[in-house]
Amino acid sequence: MEVLSEGKGELIGWHDPDEARSWVKNNKSRELKNKLMAAKEAVELFVHDGDYIASGGFGHVRVSMAIIYEIIRQKKKNLAMAGKTAVHDLDVLIGSGCVNKVEPAYSFGHELRGLSPAGKRMVESGECKILAEISNAGYQWRFLAGMMGLSFIPSRTLLGTDTLKYSSFKTVKDPYTGNPIVLIPAAYPDCAFIHVHRCDVYGNAQIDAIAVEDFELARCARRLIITTEEIVDNDVIRDEPWRTVIPFFCVDAVVEVPYGSHPCEMPGLYFYDEEHISEWLGMAKTNDGVQTYLQKYVFGVAGFEEYLDLCGGIKKINYLKRREALREPMIAPWRK
Amino acid sequence: MTNEKYNIREYLAFLGSLMLEDKKSVFVGTGLPIIAAMLAQKTHAPNLLIVFEAGGIGPMIPELPVSVGEGRTFYKGIMASSMHDIMSLSQAGYIDYGFLGAAQMDYYGNLNTTVIGDHDHPKTRLPGSGGAADVGSFSDKLIIIAAKQSKQTFVNKIDFLTTAGYLDGPGARENAGLPKNTGPYRIVTQLGIYGFDKESKRVELVSVHPGETIESIKENSSFDIIIPKKYGASPVPPPEYLRLLREEIDPTGIVLGK
Repeated sequence: MEVLSEGKGELIGWHDPDEARSWVKNNKSRELKNKLMAAKEAVELFVHDGDYIASGGFGHVRVSMAIIYEIIRQKKKNLAMAGKTAVHDLDVLIGSGCVNKVEPAYSFGHELRGLSPAGKRMVESGECKILAEISNAGYQWRFLAGMMGLSFIPSRTLLGTDTLKYSSFKTVKDPYTGNPIVLIPAAYPDCAFIHVHRCDVYGNAQIDAIAVEDFELARCARRLIITTEEIVDNDVIRDEPWRTVIPFFCVDAVVEVPYGSHPCEMPGLYFYDEEHISEWLGMAKTNDGVQTYLQKYVFGVAGFEEYLDLCGGIKKINYLKRREALREPMIAPWRK
Repeated sequence: MTNEKYNIREYLAFLGSLMLEDKKSVFVGTGLPIIAAMLAQKTHAPNLLIVFEAGGIGPMIPELPVSVGEGRTFYKGIMASSMHDIMSLSQAGYIDYGFLGAAQMDYYGNLNTTVIGDHDHPKTRLPGSGGAADVGSFSDKLIIIAAKQSKQTFVNKIDFLTTAGYLDGPGARENAGLPKNTGPYRIVTQLGIYGFDKESKRVELVSVHPGETIESIKENSSFDIIIPKKYGASPVPPPEYLRLLREEIDPTGIVLGK
């Protein structure tokens, strides 16, 4: 196949398909075993300095914040992150100094809430490196190629753009049509963390919402930590197997964390904590503010339950549930 | 444009809504595009199929979503799907309209949402493509809302070509390998509505907003906008559209202001 052009971005997380298969053979057990553990243990076991990590959900929606905070607490270093519409999670990880490389599809912005001061500042200063540019479909299909055990997947997206020029993709002549087509390389994150509505102790997980990219991400990630709102019996999974989005053999750790997406939304359960996000956006304007935030909400607490208490505890949680159910009016404290 | 009866953001949402037809599909981005689609669905396009990149299909949106991935984007929808599904449907031709906001644009409708200044030494780092470059690749008709038309936003050369318009002119999209018969269709700014000249694929005036002039349109662009012999006057919003925007779609004034 004739290569017409190559993106100048750095290719991260790609492996030869045979190497990827042997990794699966050697590391992904088909044994139905209890994987329940604490966030601390999961991060100690499966997140290492220098890893390429990816977070499930989308933007401020269904994010495994308990794992994000734990990564910061354990002071992991030199992490590269998939910016597959990664927003709040990426922002605190860059601000804390854990992540210093990113491949952004959509990052450094909080959608309607405006740009994210921490991530943006550290990219502009050079402290956080842009590995390559990519789009949301691009990231989606990097995971799809990985999940399929292929080295790439073809697509017609991005042709003619600088996004493609700065990507890690190659453009070739399609042997069927004769036209240019983009080859999107597979991605195999070293570790991914996905927050779900329910899961059994083996890792069979259900999501009562859009899956976003998590069907594919769960299957291409080398290590996968599931955090869940609740643990259910294996019978609950087997009664309605069509609801399983992630099967146990993809999962390395199961962590039970009710409200574990806070301050992000968990569809159907609780809404964004706009007050908390607004507090972060305010404090993230300076490096000192970031440190004050981390001291208060991450290093100053023993774990996620203590953090939730600090954020307003049961009173706040009940409010966020009513907000999700459209029983409280919209607020936008971050609005200028 | 100044008008005591409505503000510019309300007006942009109204004009955006008019571009969406009933029984068509639209892939919407954050902010004004969502509001315009919600307004169209509540008025002249009740069967508008709204699609969100993260997986929401055909929702009955109960409240303005802050994110294109939140629960409101598939509330009472026909499917809570996935990004792979939406992007594949887009690539396969199921999306009629794409609808985006933009920071910087050139005369072929190419958009920049990645960086101001040099890519590797940015003056201002912006979020990047998100789904924009994909919608720009796949939509039959791309609608762009650029709320602040000026010499700084309508430029001869954008700092970074995030999303494809007509690239460098007629035939360029097809030569690059993008799907045939796709590309930018309309641009709505605070001054006027624009389309693209059939031959040159360059920005061409369609209509001028009330209170604005050809001079104000020319003064607020670094490139030459094609002014055809015949151009229209942008419509005035009926009171019902304004009521829906203020009372039902954005009562908090998050995007539209108070």
